[in-house]
Amino acid sequence: MNFETIIGLEVHVELKTNSKIFSPSDNHFGAEPNSNVNPIDLGYPGVLPVLNEEAVNFAMKAAMALNCEIATDTKFDRKNYFYPDNPKAYQISQFDQPIGEHGSIEIEVEGKKKTIGITRLHLEEDAGKLTHSNDGYSLVDYNRQGTPLIEIVSEPDLRSPAEAYAYLEKLKNIIQYTGVSDCKMEEGSLRCDANISLRPIGQEEFGVKAELKNLNSFSFVQKGLEFEEVRQQKVLLSGGEILQETRRYDEQTKETILMRVKEGSDDYRYFPEPDLVPLYIDEAWKERIRSEIPELPDVRKERYISELDLPAYDAMVLTSTKEMSDFFEATIAQGADVKQASNWLMGEVSAYMNKQQKELEDLALTSDGLAKMIKLIEDGTISSKIAKKVFAELVEKGGDPEKIVKDKGLVQISDEGQLKEIITAILDQNEQSIVDYKNGKDRALGFLVGQVMKQTKGQANPPMVNKIIIEEMEKR
Amino acid sequence: MSEISKEQVKHVAHLARLAITEEEVEKMTKQLGDIIEYAELLNDLDTENVEPTTHVLNLKNVMRKDNPREWINKEDALNNAPDKKDGQFRVPSILE
Repeated sequence: MNFETIIGLEVHVELKTNSKIFSPSDNHFGAEPNSNVNPIDLGYPGVLPVLNEEAVNFAMKAAMALNCEIATDTKFDRKNYFYPDNPKAYQISQFDQPIGEHGSIEIEVEGKKKTIGITRLHLEEDAGKLTHSNDGYSLVDYNRQGTPLIEIVSEPDLRSPAEAYAYLEKLKNIIQYTGVSDCKMEEGSLRCDANISLRPIGQEEFGVKAELKNLNSFSFVQKGLEFEEVRQQKVLLSGGEILQETRRYDEQTKETILMRVKEGSDDYRYFPEPDLVPLYIDEAWKERIRSEIPELPDVRKERYISELDLPAYDAMVLTSTKEMSDFFEATIAQGADVKQASNWLMGEVSAYMNKQQKELEDLALTSDGLAKMIKLIEDGTISSKIAKKVFAELVEKGGDPEKIVKDKGLVQISDEGQLKEIITAILDQNEQSIVDYKNGKDRALGFLVGQVMKQTKGQANPPMVNKIIIEEMEKR
Repeated sequence: MSEISKEQVKHVAHLARLAITEEEVEKMTKQLGDIIEYAELLNDLDTENVEPTTHVLNLKNVMRKDNPREWINKEDALNNAPDKKDGQFRVPSILE
């Protein structure tokens, strides 16, 4: 029997507002434990939440970028549960009137495009962070309590772990472009749970699903789902039954491990949050937010191809993160050649980032510096080879490329008289090479050019060196 | 007539993490039933032309600007904690 895989993803994204969703506590990652909390976050008796307008704006922006319909009448609800990550014993969330519904994004896997539906996007508060120790106690940091969070639920439209990966990449990309979140999985500002089930091909009804948790990177999502696909298939083929269970992915063993079997549905007893009044989003508000959405990655990619004449591959790589794309735009805005800028960013810059495991924003290199360096190549001041030396300095320490070239004496030697002098001396010392060249050995020319470059520490203008050597040899 | 069963009372008690005796179940079943019955009086009202609402106040869009404000410091935050360690609240481990 052959099975079809059905995957749905639930993604939580923290919004980077200045303050929390229902309290004026500072909202930023990395503060000392419990330093960004106040009596509202701590659930003290008698306190009242007040909605942060910007959190609503951000959620709308994300929902619009994901092609959702935006609710006109919406509200918040209480989701009741007991767990020490939330001192109120309920989470303020949205139940039946989410901010956004019926969205979709387009993904591409192995050259095939596919539209993945987004069921809903709702706004809620994040909970505190627990650190379990092995002495029977846990430590709680409530800094994260009350951080605005959007939960994005996909339709069960994904048919393979690779599609799930592509969906996550695309979702992250789009949300980063809107600027409402950093979407950093390592800092927990983007988190993902995955639902997966199998059904015999041709069967309409979905099979019983397992929920995967503890997926700390997109590739772990894919690997966890791949493992689960095989596991469920084995169970089904051996006549077994899949139980509705929660499993976690173990990064060491690369397996999914049973956490608990779910009996019945969770009973959260949602009810409308009495401490918050309803939210009414009129057309003017929606329009205002819509007008603030910047150019999104797909549109930008198309523009790079149609207006900047970049190859589709370049356009894809450059728009794969907003930082890269913005850096590229800034570089060409300062007059750098489009293709050169693209090549440097996709080549040397990306290689350096990968090697150092650094983000673009953490490099000393600025778009201004890169643009200036590219212009120095274009006007012949330095060769592409020398540019690599300048780049090494720029990317580590920053600075002005012109000054680096001057200080390090890297200016390209394009003076014909000076080059002729150097070349004559080298030809005098390598008469055999001249003979070889005249006998049709092209390698000899390469050798001579190499000698000149060596003597000039790579600063001689390569096309000129080539030309002069040939001219001089012809004379002999 | 009671609208609620003993099983429902036990279930709700469990969700609220309340340990109640069999006698209390009897008592609560009656009391909760009475409360629901009383609330059902509302069903006698004609709400034909009344817009449904989720809130008793006739207000909407009460919001604040996104300005962070210092309120209490870390020490104050932990001041009332029955147990603390390394600047954090310490609680018995509850594995999800």
